Amino acid sequence: MKCDNCNKQATVHLTEIKNGKKIEKHLCEQCAAQSEGLPQAAVKGHTPINELLTNFVMAHAGLQKEMGTTCDQCKITWAEFRQHGLFGCEKDYDIFEKDLSPLLQRAHEGATHHTGKVPTRGGATGAAARPKKKMVDVGRLRKELQRAVETEDYEKAAKIRDQIRLAEEG
Amino acid sequence: MSLKLSDLTNHAGEWLRGSGPMSEIVISSRIRLARNVGGSPFLSRATRNQRQHLETKIRDIILSAQIAPQMLYVDLDSAPEIDRTLLVERHLISKPHAAAEGARGVAIGEDETVSIMVNEEDHLRIQVLRSGLQLEEAWEQINQIDDRLESKLDWAFHPRFGYLTACPTNVGTGIRVSVMLHLPALKLTGEIEKVFRAAKDMRLAVRGLYGEGTEATGDFYQISNQTTLGKSEEEIISDFKHQVIPKIIDYEHHARRTLLNDRTVALDDKVCRALGILRSARLLASEETLFLLSHLRMGVNLGRVKDIDLRTLNELFLLTQPAHLQKIQGKKLEGDLRRAARADYIRQRLNAN
Repeated sequence: MKCDNCNKQATVHLTEIKNGKKIEKHLCEQCAAQSEGLPQAAVKGHTPINELLTNFVMAHAGLQKEMGTTCDQCKITWAEFRQHGLFGCEKDYDIFEKDLSPLLQRAHEGATHHTGKVPTRGGATGAAARPKKKMVDVGRLRKELQRAVETEDYEKAAKIRDQIRLAEEG
Repeated sequence: MSLKLSDLTNHAGEWLRGSGPMSEIVISSRIRLARNVGGSPFLSRATRNQRQHLETKIRDIILSAQIAPQMLYVDLDSAPEIDRTLLVERHLISKPHAAAEGARGVAIGEDETVSIMVNEEDHLRIQVLRSGLQLEEAWEQINQIDDRLESKLDWAFHPRFGYLTACPTNVGTGIRVSVMLHLPALKLTGEIEKVFRAAKDMRLAVRGLYGEGTEATGDFYQISNQTTLGKSEEEIISDFKHQVIPKIIDYEHHARRTLLNDRTVALDDKVCRALGILRSARLLASEETLFLLSHLRMGVNLGRVKDIDLRTLNELFLLTQPAHLQKIQGKKLEGDLRRAARADYIRQRLNAN
């Protein structure tokens, strides 16, 4: 079929109902692009399906990649963890931290940080007690600082910044 | 002289002595801590060798840490099924730990207030179990044990997430506080729902006699925390001690008073029927026994039965369980033979009392 305006192949086919009257339009890509009052999706003709496919494939590949994050130490994947609910090693808490956080909040009344006993020997890293204790506190302060900045509470943010500075010096 | 498993069989552990505070309603207070050794894989991803190596290392450290004057270590991989069941009945190991496979064990202090499971879901599950409402005492005791072990083992610990556990539902403090309650009056007056509601409001779980996945047999209910992250150990314990438990004790007291004042005959009927059956029956199943003993215990607590002491009753709860019964009789018993042995044993204990 030829374009209504020129002799090129028509690729955009439109059916409009105006005042109860059916009007059919057949246009080539260029003419359709210049024509006013046509929906852009229609104008783009055959391209959306390509884009759609590409988007779909890309998204799917991205998803696969995301699901495929594997702990280099115990080789567990997020999907495997979700299946059994058990981690394979302590490193998983860091590797899957982003995915884990919302789960933890649901399971622990919205909590995101430990606030209990701290081992005096500093746990697995063998660090001394003090720095470990400090890490816990500073970690939380940083989160609070971020929240204060996000809510534009700069007065509070300044206070927290000073606290962090103090903790890191002491 | 070293401690043997058979030394435990003929009496009840400290937690069943029925002597602690609020013991007419609170049977026991239990605290457990989940701990893992840093730098070693969690158990679901450990090889046979790694698992074996962990068990040996942790066992040696526990036994040299002077946790209790005497400690018994049971190698559960080689222990016969009846011994493992016996330990479950005494609340010294969990059901999954008894049924699992591979290198694993349990260390038990001589008065059974302390038990440490090795290679359960986590490398260590430290438990302190005491009679009545003794949560602060239990925390003090378990905190010290944790300190002693920590001086010889590096715990897997994370600055943000706290003590790291195989399952993230335990991460943070790794603590589970459980209080076992005997609530026969609330059950009889049909008000047990109140307990479930109170627990739910505080985000606590209600379970049966042997913990996760068990029914509330014999009117025993275990209330335990689910949140382990974002609250300190002391806060969790304080919520129990000052909020949840007093409320439930109040409900049960109220229900008992109602029974005593307004439904005396119905109450006496329940209690006397239980006593009559226990003193006369020739075949008793274990679940039926728990319910009968439960009603009798309420009768003793309310002064309706005077010639039976609470200690005997508490011991019967334990010693009539399948593994204990068979250990006492010294032979394997099934079906009617076991039910007959149970009825005989109860008759003998109650009539001698």
